[in-house]
Amino acid sequence: MTASLWALVGLPAMVGAVLLVSGRRADPVAAPCAVAAAGLALAAAGVAAVSRPSVSVPMLAGIPAGLAVDGLSAVAVLTVAAVATAVLLFASAEMGADQARGRFFGLMLLFTAAMLVTVTATDLFTLLAAWEVMGALSYALIGYWWGEASRVRSATLAFVTTRAGDLGLYLAAGAALAGGAGALQLSGLAALDGGWRDAAVAGVVVAALGKSAQLPFSFWLSHAMAGPTPVSALLHSATMVAAGGYLLVRIEPALAATAWAGPVLVWAGAATALLLGAVAFHQSDLKQLLAASTCSQLGFVVMAAGAGSVGGGMLQFTAHAAAKSLLFLCAGVWLAARGTQELDGLRGAARRRPLAGAAFTVGALAVAGLPPLPLWTAKDEVLAAVLHLGPAPYAVGLAASAVGAAYAARALAAVWSPVPAEEGGASPEGSEQRPPPSEALPLAALAAATVGLGVLVLPAAARWWRALLGAAGGPQPPAWEMAVSGLLAAVVLAATWWMCARGRAEAASGRRWAGGWLGLETAADTLVVRPVAALAQALAAFDDRVLARGVRACADGVTRTADLARSRGETGADEAVRAVASGARTLAAWALRPQTGLLHQYYVQAVVALVVLAAVVVLMR
Amino acid sequence: MLSVVVFLPLAVGLVLLVLPRPRDGTVAWTWVAAAALDLALVIGLWVYHPSASGSRGTVTGPLAYEERVLWIPSVGASYHVGVDGFSLPLMAMTAVLFLACAVYSLRRRGGRVRAHAVLFLFLQTVSLGLFSALDLLLFFVFFDLSIVGMYFVIAGWGHGNPARSALQFFLYTFLGSLALLLGFIGLYVASDPRTFDMVELAGQTPLEGRGPAGGLVLLAIGVGLAVKTPTVPFHTWLPPAHTDAPAVGSVILAGVLLKMGTYGFVRIAMPILPGAWSDHAMVLVVVGVASVLYGALVALAQTDFKRMVAYTSVNHMGYIILGLGAAGLATGAQSGAAALAITGGITQMVSHGLLTGALFLLAGVLHDRADTYDMGSYGGLAARAPRFAALAAVAFFGSLGLPGLSGFIAEFQIFAGSLGPVPVATALALLGILVTAALFLRALRRLFLGGPGPCTDRVGDLSARESAAIAPLLALAVLIGLLPHFLLGRVEPAARALAALVTG
Repeated sequence: MTASLWALVGLPAMVGAVLLVSGRRADPVAAPCAVAAAGLALAAAGVAAVSRPSVSVPMLAGIPAGLAVDGLSAVAVLTVAAVATAVLLFASAEMGADQARGRFFGLMLLFTAAMLVTVTATDLFTLLAAWEVMGALSYALIGYWWGEASRVRSATLAFVTTRAGDLGLYLAAGAALAGGAGALQLSGLAALDGGWRDAAVAGVVVAALGKSAQLPFSFWLSHAMAGPTPVSALLHSATMVAAGGYLLVRIEPALAATAWAGPVLVWAGAATALLLGAVAFHQSDLKQLLAASTCSQLGFVVMAAGAGSVGGGMLQFTAHAAAKSLLFLCAGVWLAARGTQELDGLRGAARRRPLAGAAFTVGALAVAGLPPLPLWTAKDEVLAAVLHLGPAPYAVGLAASAVGAAYAARALAAVWSPVPAEEGGASPEGSEQRPPPSEALPLAALAAATVGLGVLVLPAAARWWRALLGAAGGPQPPAWEMAVSGLLAAVVLAATWWMCARGRAEAASGRRWAGGWLGLETAADTLVVRPVAALAQALAAFDDRVLARGVRACADGVTRTADLARSRGETGADEAVRAVASGARTLAAWALRPQTGLLHQYYVQAVVALVVLAAVVVLMR
Repeated sequence: MLSVVVFLPLAVGLVLLVLPRPRDGTVAWTWVAAAALDLALVIGLWVYHPSASGSRGTVTGPLAYEERVLWIPSVGASYHVGVDGFSLPLMAMTAVLFLACAVYSLRRRGGRVRAHAVLFLFLQTVSLGLFSALDLLLFFVFFDLSIVGMYFVIAGWGHGNPARSALQFFLYTFLGSLALLLGFIGLYVASDPRTFDMVELAGQTPLEGRGPAGGLVLLAIGVGLAVKTPTVPFHTWLPPAHTDAPAVGSVILAGVLLKMGTYGFVRIAMPILPGAWSDHAMVLVVVGVASVLYGALVALAQTDFKRMVAYTSVNHMGYIILGLGAAGLATGAQSGAAALAITGGITQMVSHGLLTGALFLLAGVLHDRADTYDMGSYGGLAARAPRFAALAAVAFFGSLGLPGLSGFIAEFQIFAGSLGPVPVATALALLGILVTAALFLRALRRLFLGGPGPCTDRVGDLSARESAAIAPLLALAVLIGLLPHFLLGRVEPAARALAALVTG
């Protein structure tokens, strides 16, 4: 059944490429084509999840490109394809006729295809290729409204930041080759020789942290909000950021084979979960809140990978994908209706749009970790594994899930608060207006999925889930622990909601620091961007003023030497020749003097000469 | 057959010269026809090339279409040409680029159309001859003639300060070629029996184990080729030459002439001086990494689009030097990695030719419309010229090494193959692709996205002629990016043989 795998990645890729190349001519048919392609890909994902196909095509020498669906990727492809279908269906209503829909849907489909290749890749070459294409397409999607320079700048920042992490994958590929995994298989990383394994794992870890917007890379996700809402819904739920966490879970055996990777990831994930949770709490913009929450929630996937909890990590991956895409789509509904995503401007939004309000509530309660919703189960499973590494990361993780409840409560309090009086009853958005099916259907389906995944708390279902992922064994959270964490979430949720409803949460301290995403962007700007720019300027000046001028000075030196040769050497030689000539003339004049023509004088000359000769002979003897 | 491929353009050029007052259109279309025919012949060479089972095994894999005629018997120089897995891709790339130039030059404005066409036909013969030459003297003759031809292209059809740039280009690279000649003479003197024949010299490896002599000859050859490539610090002739050259001149200069340097390393320095190469490979690695980082950073600081592309050429050539150097430092057990790095280097030569060719043609379009390369003068071009913007975006992303395009296939192989032998240098060179990503995305934003700039309204979309010249180059880059096997299958046997030689 390799056909299902080809269809899974090929259909969205082909349709997406055709839409993209056709440009505006494809606008009228773009949305239905995209939804159909995504739906078929979802069907193919279903078939592939059951039939477990694998394919391999020759690529580089000794390095074939391979795709395969195993238990782990079966979960991932179903999640990705389902969320993509829901988001594209939603987008078909959201993106009006005035938008370049051919480009939008083409990019979205290609992006989905890249994510599907990423999760099914069996080797580093294929993974890296899809991973980077996904990054570039996220650039194009975030900068979709390219007429505004600020959005393009945000897109550039997102791409360059994630690519900085991607360098780790290049490193990992080289290390895998050097360490003995000739075909660069992901499954071979754990068995690499010595230091090469550390290098490869370190590379993958850096790449994954960058892609998943974990600390210290988190700031790019704030900028990724510059794109249309469906883009955020896709990028920040099942794809792109999720890819990092997924990759770490996939190479969990290699992580476990090194002593350091587990603790590093647990701490990185825990710190991100807590700190970015705080950032989320302090946002005044709903999309920014959701973005920071994405970092925080994915922190748990990273923790899971570090602690070896494959089951918990994948449940967090899937449940978060459903809940977060749901939340973003609701934000999109309200943004379209009210033209704002400020929490203050969204007061009473849920009351106006009951369906979106209900869906948003389901998503937010899930993110809050409220029982029996699936993220509660997932976090507890992750935390149970983390507890084996010590109480400190466990405590941080527990605090992070409490913070999750707090920011969820803040968002809920805002959208459910009473409608401001000045808006009155006759609001332009019209609560009585029925939402179109393309809007209602995805919201309902994602909400149902979010609730439905809660079934995995049941022991039988949990066993099936772990068997599916090949992650049998591993620590399970005891019942009391789950009860405590559920209670904690409920209490924090209720308390924060109550405080926010009375306007008391606004005075929270640390607002500027956390509200500004921990100053990470400023730090990156000061520590990396500016020094590199200054270095570039300095080198360019060096190139122009020293190197190029030096070469020209050499050439000028040759010219000057030639001038010197002409002015001094040439005249000197000339004068020497003249001096020789005039000397010869003088000598000749002297030689003429004895030629008198008088015989007696010749005799005298002969006598003198003979005397001289005789003297020489006598003296020399 | 091979000689026909090589000399067909020159023959057509001579015919054009003797025609009494041909019309400009006739000349332009004849040029296109000649370039197309030559490309078809090269494709024929490609298809029938016995890459796996060669007629005669040589040190760098099977050699095909060999021709040998005694030329200067007193010094053992002959007209010896042949094609192997290294030369074939470069010949194909050369033929493609010259065809693109011919198409781009259809309907040239201004006079001297015939001289222009004849000069390019001459350059095509010279380039194809160089890539198929198997005799050092023949190689040298083509090497120098390429400099002469390009001098006239820049001086005769350039803009800005063409005479000065052309003269600097000529003198600098000519000086480099003298160093090269010195090295060739060194090889000749050391050989026994005395010969300039590359195949015989590669069999003899005359300076193997002869102490410093091998190092000195390698130094002479290395400096000569490094000037042509160019690597840091011998690159300063490149930016002014590119900035002042006409678009098609830049395409040939960057796409074909630069490759003569890197090709020389693979064809001459490595197989004939394998021991010296291994001994001094660290120098190459350092020069390569320096070129990568220096080229990328200086390109980042440019505001002139064409100058920026010129500096990225220094960066891209640096990867090749890094890969070839790393191959020299690989141990016997790493010969697979070394072969991968060499294959990556050849792929990079082809990829850079296609992508930079496209970039320079796009720069030419910009200059034709608004007479400036200053990126600050533009902005928002995507609205006015969507086709232009789309092709430029593909070329930009290809140049920054996006998977799915040829640059990635090249750079991935170079990095993966080099990391084992030289981990620190390769890790440093990786930063180069981050800087190029930043600079190309910034150029994309400045030129095509955001709001309009002062010159934006002077730029219309690509004409059919311009699209026809540029789009095929990018299509080939995509083809190599997605299905590299048709290319790599030709290169790999030769790369394996060469890797075995230098790691041996």
